[in-house]
Amino acid sequence: MEKKDKGYNRRDFINNGIRLALGATVAGTAAFTLSRSATGKDYVWQIDPFKCTQCGRCATECVRSESAVKCVHAFDLCGYCDVCSGYLKPGAKLETGAENQLCPTAAIQRKYIEEPYFEYIIDEELCIGCGKCVKGCSAFGNGSLHLQIRHDLCLNCNQCSIAASCPSDAISRVPADEPYLIKGDFTKGEEKG
Amino acid sequence: MMKRTSGNILYLLLFLFLLTGAEAMAQQRFPKPEFESGYVQPDPTTPEPRSMELEYVDVLVLLLVLSLASWLAVRRRSRRGLLWLSIFSLVYFGFYRNGCICSIGAIQNVALSIFDSGYAISLTALLFFILPLFFALFFGRTFCAAACPLGVIQDLLVIHPVSIPSWIRKTLGFIPVIYLGLAVLMAATGSDFIICRYDPFIGIFRMDGPFLMIFLGVTFLLLGMFFARPYCRVFCPYGVLLGWMSRFSKWHLTITPSECIQCKLCKDSCPFDAIEMPAEQTYRTPEVARKNLHRFILYVVLIPVLVVFGGWVGAKSHIFLSRVHPDVYLAELMISRPELKNDVDNVDIQAFLESGETFEQLVERATMIRNRFKKGSMILGGFIGLVLGITLMNQVVFRNREVYEPHRGNCFSCGRCMDYCPVEKR
Repeated sequence: MEKKDKGYNRRDFINNGIRLALGATVAGTAAFTLSRSATGKDYVWQIDPFKCTQCGRCATECVRSESAVKCVHAFDLCGYCDVCSGYLKPGAKLETGAENQLCPTAAIQRKYIEEPYFEYIIDEELCIGCGKCVKGCSAFGNGSLHLQIRHDLCLNCNQCSIAASCPSDAISRVPADEPYLIKGDFTKGEEKG
Repeated sequence: MMKRTSGNILYLLLFLFLLTGAEAMAQQRFPKPEFESGYVQPDPTTPEPRSMELEYVDVLVLLLVLSLASWLAVRRRSRRGLLWLSIFSLVYFGFYRNGCICSIGAIQNVALSIFDSGYAISLTALLFFILPLFFALFFGRTFCAAACPLGVIQDLLVIHPVSIPSWIRKTLGFIPVIYLGLAVLMAATGSDFIICRYDPFIGIFRMDGPFLMIFLGVTFLLLGMFFARPYCRVFCPYGVLLGWMSRFSKWHLTITPSECIQCKLCKDSCPFDAIEMPAEQTYRTPEVARKNLHRFILYVVLIPVLVVFGGWVGAKSHIFLSRVHPDVYLAELMISRPELKNDVDNVDIQAFLESGETFEQLVERATMIRNRFKKGSMILGGFIGLVLGITLMNQVVFRNREVYEPHRGNCFSCGRCMDYCPVEKR
């Protein structure tokens, strides 16, 4: 009995030592990680509209089958044109029939304001984030239509799978207290600074 | 002379003009109209992200679940309690929080933030990484029992577990070590978060996802009816770390509340083959002991050989591994098939050409990443060799075991065995 006790004590001693070492390793890793990166801030994913090349992957690469990326209209920049290159297909007739619209889901609503101006509003229920209108608007218009990650839909994945396949590195982590990079605010901000 | 100066000023003005107003000017091809009808311009909507306070609620819930699970497993000895707690975790961390954030994936956040100073880890991810490890160090893998939604969803579907021969279990049990190493390498080099990408159950938690991943998840669940908790035992990289901690846990779940009467009732209760039987008497004869000692010495000598060999294999495979990084992949593609530059459908190459970065810059960046991979995969290989060596060595370490005990490294603390033990608490 005495012998047995002695053996157990030795094992306990070794186990305690190893446990201490392992605990210190975990605590050390945590402390090192903290010292390496300034935490306290939380981050969410967002698209930089000036880097985006409208490749169309936002519509397909999101882990949600209906992408969390939607088109946003920065009204500040819009020219309210009658002939909108984000709304109509290039070369199409100047009619608002679905066959003439650039948007595959007819998610852009066109509303008459006053001669000759029209307002364009995105119906987010219909928008799939393909960026076709963005491409048209950026190529020939003011670039007021652009893609943004909608945070009511975004699951804030550990690694955004759209970001992983974005060809132009347009998606990055932004501070959660400023979760959007809307073009109007964005350019205004730049002018102020 | 005069003309040249004014020309210079003109250029300077043009330059300043471009510098300050280029972006805004380029956007405003069609200036915003002055409306006369009193039209009020709407603002783009910006729905807020989930508030950060709720993330701290997640941490608090994790802490509470871990404490309760440890109490239920070690002190209260209640299988039923653990079961209900695990269902709560499945609903909360799985279906409500959509399986994200999770401790398994947090490995990558920690790895990335250690190796990339530009990345700031969130406190939540760090706490999700360290809390279960600390609990395992004291109470065993209670995280696996009742807090991990991935484990619970499999555990609930254990219907007819089949006992697997030890050599198969131990061989398969080595896969998580490789997976862990690869996941850390990929995260540290900023290539990919492979644990999250190949999480088989997240699609089920979200009720949404690519067909292949849902299919994989369902396959795992069906397989898990017979081979209990397949993901935990054959893939889970976090389980490796928890196992190491749990091996030295201070208070681990015990099968019997007082003294084992060797009734063998618990023997078949564990679906994970994690109960160790008493060592047979023949094991203790001098011949066997001598043979084991020789094997032990052989394996100890083998460890450095395995480490060096693993490092060599790792270094050899770094070119292959580095292709996971998109920049390396792109650079290689453009070198091997330069004609793709004219392919308008190749989105990656077209986006790169539009970005204004030169090809040399890309190659330089890719080379730098590849060099990091060289170092990383050498360490990865050495690490795998080391773990393999220690695992082999452990095969012959003689433990004087007289009763039925859970294997502390492999036991998920699910508590099934406790129900089978007929011994009353004294």
